[in-house]
Amino acid sequence: MSLTLQFIPYSRIEDLTSYQRIDLLLDLVKNDQILVLEGRLRSEEEAELIQQTMASIDKKFTGIELSVVYPEKKNVDFFRRLHQQLVNIILGDRRGLTIIGPANIVKEIKQDPEKIQLFTKEKRKR
Amino acid sequence: MISFFKNFFKRFFAKKKDIKFGLYGPPNGGKTTLANKICEDWLGEKDAMGSASAMAHETREIKIKEQVIIKGSNNRELTFNLVDTPGIATKIDYEEFVQEGMAEDEAKNRAKEATKGVISAIKWLDDMDAVIVVLDSTKDPYSQVNITIVGNLEARKIPVLVVANKVDMKKSDIKKIQAAFPQYKVQGISAKTGKNMDKFYDALFEVTK
Repeated sequence: MSLTLQFIPYSRIEDLTSYQRIDLLLDLVKNDQILVLEGRLRSEEEAELIQQTMASIDKKFTGIELSVVYPEKKNVDFFRRLHQQLVNIILGDRRGLTIIGPANIVKEIKQDPEKIQLFTKEKRKR
Repeated sequence: MISFFKNFFKRFFAKKKDIKFGLYGPPNGGKTTLANKICEDWLGEKDAMGSASAMAHETREIKIKEQVIIKGSNNRELTFNLVDTPGIATKIDYEEFVQEGMAEDEAKNRAKEATKGVISAIKWLDDMDAVIVVLDSTKDPYSQVNITIVGNLEARKIPVLVVANKVDMKKSDIKKIQAAFPQYKVQGISAKTGKNMDKFYDALFEVTK
């Protein structure tokens, strides 16, 4: 079985509305692509992505596996936090990586929390 | 005119008193078991919020128990409407229910209802005054569903209490949940055995301050 990983630079979704972003990502995933997106969606967009995924579930499409690696650490000293905030202001949602894959191919994405392990499964014929 | 203002203020303050406490989390974290325990402890009603099950997506629609009154130390009282929500997931495959012994038609129906349940749980987020995120402390907390739920609560500025459920189990690891969500108070409990429920009720007062 071959796997297709598609890299999506942040510039490709930067000027899209939330709905356009979710449509684009979900369309690609429904075509059995595993997406590696530069940056991350906003929390509200992640929730909307889950809702749209649920609305799309049918016999063939059983949902998605989703994982975000974000470089920000939570237990850091004042200066490190200030540095993180400055980087966030400059880069915004461009920081980090988002992995989205179809659930019929991607069994599990493990976060540990700074590395990602992607486990695949044999695609079932439906 | 005076009665209009009287009614307006009465309704305004009455609404403010009706705090909605939502139970959120991934499937099988123990939300319904906790909801049932709260109702049993304070209303004397058994299984008031429905049955819990080892099979995922047992709760597939929002369930509300109105006017739950709990009492804390110093004669404090907290009245709220308890909202039990379906577990939030990113995938639902009816074949997994079939593998657990369910008939195919029933499994397909369960999967369909579960997808609708997830959508309504997310929609209800905006209506919550405070949320208890119920996590299974025997499982890895670094799942994107957990992070997305907490991220959305943060974005909406909704007060959060994280509950590490199933502390009666050998594999339970509260420290891992605390490390994953250091910005929140994490209360370890067992909704099934009732362990630490007194501390949990104290924490509810704190979260609504």
